[in-house]
Amino acid sequence: MSEQPIDTIRNFSIVAHIDHGKSTLADRLIQMTGALTDREMSEQVLDSMDIERERGITIKAQTVRLEYPAKDGKTYILNLMDTPGHVDFAYEVSRSLAACEGSLLVVDASQGVEAQTLANVYQAIDAGHEIVPVLNKVDLPAAEPDRVKEQIEEVIGLDASNAIPISAKTGLGIPDVLEAIVTRLPPPRGDRDAPLKALLVDSWYDAYLGVVVLVRIVDGVLKKGMTIKLMGTNAIHGVDKIGVFRPKMVDVAELGPGEVGFLTGSIKEVADTAVGDTINDAKRPCAEALPGFKPVQPVVFCGLFPVDAADFENLRAAMGKLRLNDASFSYEMETSAALGFGFRCGFLGLLHLEIIQERLEREFNLDLISTAPSVIYKLRMRDGTAIELHNPADMPDVMKIEEIEEPWIRATILTPDDYLGSVLKLCQDRRGEQVDLNYVGKRAMVTYDLPLNEVVFDFYDRLKSISKGYASFDYQITEYRPGDLVKMSILVNAEPVDALSMLVHRARAESRGRAMCEKLKELIPPHLFVIPIQAAIGGKIIARETVRALRKDVTAKCYGGDATRKRKLLDKQKEGKKRMRQFGKVEIPQEAFIAALKMDS
Amino acid sequence: MMHPTADAGFGVYVHWPFCASKCPYCDFNSHVRHAPVDEARFVAAFATEIAHRAELAPKRTVTSIFFGGGTPSLMQPATVGAILDAIGRHWPVDAHVEISLEANPTSVEAERFRGYRAAGVNRVSLGVQAMNDADLKALGRRHTAEEAMGAVGIAASIFDRFSFDLIYARPNQTPAAWATELKEAIARAAEHLSLYQLTIEPGTWFHKLHQAGKLVVPDDEVGRALYDVTQDVCAARGLPAYEISNHAAAGAQCRHNLVYWRYGEYAGIGPGAHGRLVTGQGRLAMETELVPETWLAHVEKRGHGLVDVEVLSQEAQGDEYLLMGLRLKEGIDPMRYRALSGRTLDPQRITDLVEHGMIECHANGRISVSPAGFPVLNAVVADIAA
Repeated sequence: MSEQPIDTIRNFSIVAHIDHGKSTLADRLIQMTGALTDREMSEQVLDSMDIERERGITIKAQTVRLEYPAKDGKTYILNLMDTPGHVDFAYEVSRSLAACEGSLLVVDASQGVEAQTLANVYQAIDAGHEIVPVLNKVDLPAAEPDRVKEQIEEVIGLDASNAIPISAKTGLGIPDVLEAIVTRLPPPRGDRDAPLKALLVDSWYDAYLGVVVLVRIVDGVLKKGMTIKLMGTNAIHGVDKIGVFRPKMVDVAELGPGEVGFLTGSIKEVADTAVGDTINDAKRPCAEALPGFKPVQPVVFCGLFPVDAADFENLRAAMGKLRLNDASFSYEMETSAALGFGFRCGFLGLLHLEIIQERLEREFNLDLISTAPSVIYKLRMRDGTAIELHNPADMPDVMKIEEIEEPWIRATILTPDDYLGSVLKLCQDRRGEQVDLNYVGKRAMVTYDLPLNEVVFDFYDRLKSISKGYASFDYQITEYRPGDLVKMSILVNAEPVDALSMLVHRARAESRGRAMCEKLKELIPPHLFVIPIQAAIGGKIIARETVRALRKDVTAKCYGGDATRKRKLLDKQKEGKKRMRQFGKVEIPQEAFIAALKMDS
Repeated sequence: MMHPTADAGFGVYVHWPFCASKCPYCDFNSHVRHAPVDEARFVAAFATEIAHRAELAPKRTVTSIFFGGGTPSLMQPATVGAILDAIGRHWPVDAHVEISLEANPTSVEAERFRGYRAAGVNRVSLGVQAMNDADLKALGRRHTAEEAMGAVGIAASIFDRFSFDLIYARPNQTPAAWATELKEAIARAAEHLSLYQLTIEPGTWFHKLHQAGKLVVPDDEVGRALYDVTQDVCAARGLPAYEISNHAAAGAQCRHNLVYWRYGEYAGIGPGAHGRLVTGQGRLAMETELVPETWLAHVEKRGHGLVDVEVLSQEAQGDEYLLMGLRLKEGIDPMRYRALSGRTLDPQRITDLVEHGMIECHANGRISVSPAGFPVLNAVVADIAA
């Protein structure tokens, strides 16, 4: 491949809310520039994992290099960078954006701007991007392009007069988008003769190639056979292969400034490659690392235990495999009196937690029990030491604690006016502090500071349900604040169930405890004896419910000598018992753990 | 007499799969045919199947025979006689053999009682089901209470032993009304009563109604109260429960059903019949084809109507022993459980269940379900078997 003049390169990403058509637009761009034949096009090429396809979210950054002959007669290289589209992956998003000079802002012409769009577009603006607004789905009867243009101008403060009306589904307006990428987005800048400086955008594990690193060259040239150094870790690796995605992997001899591609080499694990790190020529290092590099920090923790204790080793192996490809997920062994052997896992956020859990269950065929999600609490002890608490079960003696601090977030919620009252109430109930309230046409934009520990329990589910799915939500972690937090234990038949204990705010303990007991009462099937369920802070019982004893469970008649049918029923009962966890004399269905943590109050 | 578990006896079950009409609660293998049934052809097929089982399990002494259904009282007495003859040709029959036949208490069928007696039947079990016409109608029965009592009277005059069935926990039934009805029944029943709680079985008409919310049966609390009343009234009147749904005066238990519950050997003959025979392969669970005409064709072609024969694992045998044996007041013998299953009962579970008042351990080593445990028998068995 010959050297590409830097002014004929455009690197861009697409900013959009889920369902606003990001992937469909990407597909059209790929199709129209002939990167794939029609036959090779499978719907939404870029989202390759099942879960990504189902949920319409992207977890890993991906890229595709398009060749576009523009109206000016020159052929341009367009690198489309598909970024993860969720707040849990905000840091990964910021690094992908740093690899581009511009963004297409895709807004559904009937739905308008959503909270997630806002967060991502601000990130793109912060990254210094030129933004081209694109109105998608203008062919739908409900489309209101003028209203949405106004909204883009009012809410985001972007000039939307040149917004491009398209329908990614029918292909309408796609040529205009391609032309706008060339004419309205700036080319990258870089010095071909300077020492190599490249951004590590993302990396993943490929069964054949090992670790594949997605890079954006800033200065210098990356060549095959080079020895590179990762500035964050000082690790040195040989480069075996360099290439680009079209979207299939195609080898190239070198990548120059402004170009986006991949490298493979002697890198063993994805964990060795930190997103945002700077790649150097080991023999000719550059002076400064690229700005913005941060090591990943898990934010939400929970315990994952196999339903069948015999699956423990399988779970360990599965986690190892997932971590090969996702270094932001961490795990360490944990034992629970109630649940046996399992792992304490750290995640970037709730979605990340759900995705990992789902992948473990789906791709590795494991049945899991997850414990209450927890955030990281900072404990200042009386003896002057500090502790980071990831697991309420590890809570030290309260007498030794001077103060507990918890993480707070700033949340942005966009909701139709009709649901504003309920949304405000939800935020207030979750100890929220209102920061701002604005109107965008008929929609309210609320900004709240909230303790993250109130959000990790079903806040998002509740928000969706009270707004009939219309409210959108985004957040970022802002600070740690002291809080009057207490450890609430749940006792079933007088025995504490460690997996259900949690840190809660004192003011919320009673209602949370009551809700938990009520829920467990519904979820624990009647036994042969009465089961008290209690919530307690220390030795003080704050809520209590009772599961009545079983009153009647009998098969009255037995047909002839048909013992087989009864035996099959018994086998089912036994199978059901296997899916239960034994707590003292009480069997709790695993669903109870998951459901108990989804509060509806 | 030998100890009951040492020799639970050998029973032959004969299934007559036809009914004049299908009752809305019934999920048994019963079929309504509008053309007359070729009984001679069935007799021949029954004889063939009897020969087949006798070859598998020869030299047993038959201690009980039970004609179930369906409605066996639709058979001609000669048909019953011919089947009994076939059994007698292949196995020795105990001098005190119990031969039961299920009958509908209609006046038409009662006319055949004398014929059944002559053929060898010595015990009838009458499907009375309720003692008032409104409930009989609701249960889809084709007889009135008066007609049923007439049939009971005829049975009493012809047979040494008879029993009848009642179904309780009917829609809107109160414990008080049931107690009154039950007392009236006991006065007529003399020695044996089968009292079944109405259960809504999948595939029945009642199930459809129930699903649609058009049939409401007593909830667990009322069901429990009705069960408790049943035990109290029967015990006070000399018919204590010897099995969860069966009540008898001393010595009047149904010996055939005890074969099942004591997990003995039994041959199942006819469409949809179940059997348990111990052969060189082990204990076999056997099941025949359900549809009468298909069963006939199978028997005529292959010499038997079996569609499923399973060599029971030790675990399965242990489970079946618990499932059947714990229905009985006399309970189970843990040593026999160990011999069948190769396992011992978990002592901690036994201790817990005793502590919760669900089971009792007896001086002779047997374990039985307590009066408090019977209403929740399924849960108790599942606990012990887990």
